[in-house]
Order: sequence, then C-alpha cells, then structure tokens
Amino acid sequence: MNSVILRTATRFMMPLLLLFSIVVLLQGHNKPGGGFIAGLITAATFSLHALAFDPDSTRRVLVVDMRSLIGAGLLIALASAFIPLAQGLPLMTGVWTTIPMLGGDPIKIGTPLLFDLGVFIVVVGISLLMVLTLLDSQEKDA
Amino acid sequence: MTILACLFLTFALATVAPWVSRGLGRAGGWVLAIAPLTVAGVLVSYLPRVMSGEVIRESVAWAPELGLTISVGLDGLGLLFALLISGVGALILVYAQGYLGGHRHLPRIYAFLLIFMGAMLGVVLTDNLLVMFVFWELTSISSYLLIGFDHNRVAARKAALQALLVTGGGGLALLVGILLLWNVGGSLNVSVLAGRAEAIQGSGMYTAIVLLFALGAFTKSAQFPFHFWLPGAMEAPTPVSAYLHSATMVKAGIFLLARMNPVLGGSELWTTLLTLTGATTVVLGAVLAFRQTYLKKILAYSTVSSLGLIVMMLGIGTTEAVEAGMAYLLAHAIFKGGLFMVAGAIDHGTGQRDAEKLGGLFGAMPVLGVVSIFAACSMIGLPPMFGFVGKEMVLIAVGKAPVWSEWLTGAMVVVAALGTAAAILAGIKPFVGKRIQTPHEPHAPGLALVLGPGILAVLGVAVALLPSVLSGPLVGPAASAVLGLPSEPNLHLWHGWTKELALSGGALGLGVVAFALRWRVRRFIEVLGFFDRVGPERAYEVGLKGLNAVAKGQTRLLQNGYLRSYLVVTMGTAVGLVGYTLWSRGELTLQGVSLDLKWYELMVGLLIAVAAIAAAVAKNRLMTIAALGLAGYGVALMFVMFGAPDLAMTQIAIETLTVILFALVFRRLPDFRSISTRAQKIRDVFVAGLAGVMMTVLMLLASRVQIGSGNSSWFGEQSYIGGHGRNVVNVILVDFRAIDTMGEITVLAVAAIGVFALLRPGLIQPDQKETPL
Repeated sequence: MNSVILRTATRFMMPLLLLFSIVVLLQGHNKPGGGFIAGLITAATFSLHALAFDPDSTRRVLVVDMRSLIGAGLLIALASAFIPLAQGLPLMTGVWTTIPMLGGDPIKIGTPLLFDLGVFIVVVGISLLMVLTLLDSQEKDA
Repeated sequence: MTILACLFLTFALATVAPWVSRGLGRAGGWVLAIAPLTVAGVLVSYLPRVMSGEVIRESVAWAPELGLTISVGLDGLGLLFALLISGVGALILVYAQGYLGGHRHLPRIYAFLLIFMGAMLGVVLTDNLLVMFVFWELTSISSYLLIGFDHNRVAARKAALQALLVTGGGGLALLVGILLLWNVGGSLNVSVLAGRAEAIQGSGMYTAIVLLFALGAFTKSAQFPFHFWLPGAMEAPTPVSAYLHSATMVKAGIFLLARMNPVLGGSELWTTLLTLTGATTVVLGAVLAFRQTYLKKILAYSTVSSLGLIVMMLGIGTTEAVEAGMAYLLAHAIFKGGLFMVAGAIDHGTGQRDAEKLGGLFGAMPVLGVVSIFAACSMIGLPPMFGFVGKEMVLIAVGKAPVWSEWLTGAMVVVAALGTAAAILAGIKPFVGKRIQTPHEPHAPGLALVLGPGILAVLGVAVALLPSVLSGPLVGPAASAVLGLPSEPNLHLWHGWTKELALSGGALGLGVVAFALRWRVRRFIEVLGFFDRVGPERAYEVGLKGLNAVAKGQTRLLQNGYLRSYLVVTMGTAVGLVGYTLWSRGELTLQGVSLDLKWYELMVGLLIAVAAIAAAVAKNRLMTIAALGLAGYGVALMFVMFGAPDLAMTQIAIETLTVILFALVFRRLPDFRSISTRAQKIRDVFVAGLAGVMMTVLMLLASRVQIGSGNSSWFGEQSYIGGHGRNVVNVILVDFRAIDTMGEITVLAVAAIGVFALLRPGLIQPDQKETPL
C-alpha cells in the first residue's frame, strides 16, 4: 500500500495507540483491560504500521524477532509462577509487594502483573508473527 | 533448602547455558562444569549424616491441593546416584567442549545436558512418586533431544524417536503403577509406603503394580525385550552416550527398582521377574556385544549386559546380592563412562570407529592409551581396579543365591569371559599391536577430551585401594537404603584364595581365548542373525508402521481438509448431542421462558442477523469479511449492554485483527466463484439453520434457570482480598486460574509455530499447488 495519508496518520497514531495499550495492560487488574486485550491492541497497532509501510520496516521498528518474543513471553509467565517457591509458598501463589510513592498512593506490584506481562508479550508475538508472515507472502505475489 | 536450590539452579542454568557457551567460547564447557561440581560438593557435605543413617529432608509445596510437594529425601541410594550424575556430569560438560568444539550447535547441547542433569537429579532425590514421575518423563524428553542432536541425519532422528517411544511407553505404565500404588498404599511417599509393604503385597493389585513398575524400569534400563533402543541410541554424539547411556539415564530404571525394593520387593513374583529378566539380559547383551565391531556398539551391548547384571542382583535380593549390585553399579559407571569417552576421543582423533580397523595407536596418543587400558582392565575385572571388587562381590552373591545358584554362576562365568573379550577389543586392541592406517593421521586428543576419562581411570583404582574412604561410604549406605537394613559390605580388594577368584581366573582365560578366536566365535553367534528379522526391534518397527497407518487412515477420514465437512461433522455432533440430552430429559418446552427485550437490544440483534445473512449471500470476499466483522462488533455491543466490558474490548480487538488476517488470507485464494450445486446449498442451509435453532433454544432454556453460582460470588469476594484487584475477570485470568491461562498461551504459541511453518517465506510459490513438507 502506498498512501501518504495513511502513513502520516500512522506516524501520529502509533505512539497514542501504544500508550493506550500500556494503560490497558496496567489498569487491567482493577478496570477493564489486561494482558490479552493490551496485546491485541499492540498487535493491531503494528499491523497498521505494516499495512501502511511494509512488513520489513515494521520488523526494523520492532527490533526483536517475533519468535524470540513468543519464547520470552512464555518464559516470563513461567518465571512468575516460580517466584513464590523462593518464599516457600506453593507454585503460582500471587506474591505482592508495595512500593511507596513520594506524595502519592503506594503502588502494589505482584507476580500476577508479571504473568500478565508474559501473556501480553506472547499475544503480541503470535499475532504479529501471523500478520507479518502473511504480508510477506503478499509482497512476494505482487 | 540447599539440595532443592541445587536442583532448581541446574534447571535455571540450563536456560542461560547457550549464551554462556557462546559468550565464553572454548572456556564454556569448563565454566559450566563448575555448576555440577558445586552440586557434587554440596552432596558430599551431607555424606557423614547420610552414613549415620539419617535421611535429609527438604520440601516445598508444589500443588498442595493434589498432594504434590517437591520434597527431597536424601538417603544412601539417592546420594550414590546423585554423586554419579553430578560428578560424571561435570566431566561430560568439559568433554563435550573438546568433542563438539566448533560445532554450530554446541551451545544448544549444553542446555539439553543441563536439563537432563536436573531431571536425573530430580528422579533420584525426590521422595514423592508423582514428582519423581515428572522428572522421569523429563529425562526421556531431554534424552530425545540429546540423541537427536544431529537432527539432519535420518538415523539420529529415528533412534531418538525409538528411545522416546520405548521409554515413554514404559513411563505411561509406570504412571498407572504409581496411581495404583497410591490407591492401595494411601501415600506417594516411598518411606511411608515401605511401612505398609505387607498390606500392599497382600492386596489384589500387587501383581499389576509390580508388572507396571517393572515395565517402566525395564524399558528405561534397556532390559530384554526392550534392550534394542540402547544400541540404537548410539547415534547420539559421544558425550551423550557416555553420560546417558552408561552412567545415568539407563540406570534410572535400576534406581527405581532399588528404590521400590523395600515396598514391593521380597515376594516370589518380584524375585523371579527380576532375576529372570536380568539373567536373560546379561547373557543376551554379552553375546550380542560380540557381534559388533564398532566401538560404541560394543560398549552399548556390554552396557545392556551390565544393566541386566544389576537387575539380576536386585532380583536375588539377598544382602550380598544388593551390596554387589550397588558396588558393580559404581564400578560400571566409572569404567564404562571412561571407555565411552575414550571411544569418542579415538573417533575424534582418527576418524575411525571400527575396532577391527584400529591398532597401534599408543605411539600417537599415549595418555589416552593408558587411560583406556586402565578402564578396560576395570571392565575385565583385574586387580587392582574397582571392577575387580565388583565382579568378585557379584560372584560371591551369585554363589550364595537361594535359587538357581549353579545356573547363575555358570552364566556369570560365560558373561565375564565375553565381557573380557569385548573389553580387550574396545579398550586395548586399538592401542597395541601393529599400526593400522586410519582415515586421517591420528593426533593426540586435547586436555578436554582426556581429562574426563583420565579422572575416571584414576578413580577406578583409587576407589578400589581406599575402600574405607571412597567406596565404603557410598556403597554401604546405598545398599542399606535398598535393603532397609544396616549394611557393611566387604569392599576390600583381597578376599583370599577363594572359589570366586578361581572362577574369575577361568573367565579371564576363556575371555582371552574368545578374543583370539573372535572371528570363529562370531560366525557361531551369527546364528542369532534371525533376531534381526523376528526380534523385538522388528516388533517395534511393525508396531510403529501399523500405528502410522491407523493414524493416516483416520486422518483421511476425519480431517480430509474440506472445511465444509468439518463444519457439518462438528455442528451435526453438537446439535445431536445437545438435542438428544434436552429431549430425553423432557426439557424441550418453552414453559417459563420469558422474553424481556428492550428495543435497543432488539436493534442490535437485528443488526447481527442482517450482517450474518449478508455474509452468506455476498458476491465478493471483501463484502463477506466486512459483514462478518460487523456481526462480530454487534456481539461486542451486546457484551457492553450486559455489563461485560472486558469481553467487549477483547471481542473488538479480536474482530479487528481477524478482519486484517482474513483480508490477507483471502487475497491469496483463487477467484471467488459459486461452485456449490443446489443440493449442496440446501444441505448447508439446513446444517446452519439447525445449528442456529439449537443455539437459540439453548439460550432461551438457559435463561429460565437461575443458578446461584457459588463460584462467582466467591471470586467476587476474593478478588480484592486475595488477588488485590477489582477487575474480577482479570484476577481470575492471571491469578485464580493462571495455570489455565499458562496452558492457553502455550497452545497459542505452538499454533503460531505451526502457522509460521506453513507460511514461512520461501515455502509458498505462486504456481505451486501443493507445498511439500
């Protein structure tokens, strides 16, 4: 596709969409959202980029290979399951810690958040792997 | 927590090992070997406590709801095995650096080896049978990766699959055995079960339990008739053969039998089964070893023989026999591990692996020669090697066996003679005699290749000369853990001028003669050639072929690649099952169903319906995609109205991506044409209509049932208190039901790999109808 309008719009949209997906990821525990949805939004964002430009330049923006990303996401999710073992708790117990914030409410961080991050990364990796590979074969035909 | 930490750290190291190896280059193996050495050091520090009969326990809850605790129970038996695993493991990591140095996939093998090491340590250290089973299976899986390391070769892949299927099949039997034992004995803890041995042996399930456990152990330890996978597994690189197929994995089956001895042992069934299987294997292995001329194959069959010997000792089950079994196990790990590594070094240095085509290498590789001769002497059982001690103990135990004593003694002498010939052929002949031309000029192996077998050769002598310091503390506690009684084995080199010594001498003489006349003996043994045609390996191949044929047939039938027939089958089954259930329970009345529709709900419903119909009748693909997307967004709208914002967001995101994916896929398809006949269209409408009607009826019926679900209110309450989140859906996904989510993302990742493999650039060529896989 070769549309100046789409490309320009994409340049402006991308940061906003990515920021939005991070908000969705982080607020997921208390408000609608979570790793899965945020992952899909991020994947859609990069898909937009790939459609507006081409899959190879999207790969350059992404830096990492999607296959590695999937593995990394699975490992992060798995790692979060093992953290409680270090404290003598059963596997996959949610462990939380509170980080005090200067002049604000303290923030609670726990292994479920890490797990959600893993889900997020896996979903991004899988969706983009499919979209980018399909786009590749489109280019080849054209 | 120290022992458990060792276990976890081994696995943790496995995940980073490839980078360590890549980053450090030639030092990689040496640095990684520090880890197993540390583990060995930690284990040695427990030696005094274990020797005094204490069992060191540690535990971490794994899944307490299922009775699963990762608990360590370090006793003499576990300690002996764990030291072999970590000690030999450290040597192997160094050896692999020398053997595979410069290989493109060297970093990868370190990860596999460390995973395997962790799994083996898990098997021998845990005292919970189910947890042991998990590690047991992990050894099978990691050995699959290790044997198939050279995955570009068909033979390696085939051998890996064979080993996996045989040991994995045995593993399934073992699992059933464990579950039965759990049912009968009421515990998964071996020490608790040992206290209830009498009740277990008296129960009607006892025979089944013994047979299932034996199946698991025999497949793993390559006992007849499952022995064939072990020689096949010689396709693995030599470090793997030396580690898995001499010192560790094949001994896991023996470990299991030894571990279960206090629970299941002592009965006539146990004694007969183990003694007979062991005796058959020990003789068969020794005879088959004689047919081989390739170094590693000779060693593999002689390993089969040695494993049979130890199983037989456990079967005989007297104090002397168990002590002899444990001593021989230690001796075998030391000399056979060394011989395997020597064989690899010879292959590495000369390019030749056929023992008959090797000779006079001593001048070119003197250090390796000395090491090899030491190990071979231990295998033959010459003093002052530990192999001698082991063999004498075996002969004494066999002589005192309560049944079949004469037969077993006779067999032992023959086996010892054949073993002697095999040891001379594999360990001594390559270095002495006339120099024979090799594919490339022999060069002396580097330090990494000699260090491992060298240390083992020194150990072989040291262990024999220092029984109170080295062998005693290991063999005694191990035997006593197997027997459940205190054990003080006599591990001294010199037992006096005994009958056993005379038998040993006779066997040695016979062995030398057999070696000298080996061509004639081989022709004699070739009678056994029929084994290749009707033996167990053939049975395995026929079975595998049959399995593939069945799988192919049912795939053709059920998964023929026509989406329409999948849909018909899926929908038809669903409608049939649900319809029958509703009808048979008399639920098919619309009594009590109330339709309380708001006008806007009706509007959204209509929108979805119109979109669905449009998708069905659209004349081009883009319109179909758009219409389907519209239906999807309509459903999302529905979710919003019924208070499920998470679902709605997910639906919208999924719908967006699906439309993109559809658009990308559809462009690849041939032109959009109507090729269905009228009859097919009627069928499709019928199936679709039926599915729609069923779903509608089901929803209407469901709406009249008011379920006061305990779950949802519990989740609602616990979400914030236990899960620190106000979004119940998300807390369920990432906390309460995280293990489900873990499973789902794993499945997704596997599916993505499949998609990638199918669409991978280069595979798709525009004018190619079918892509070869």
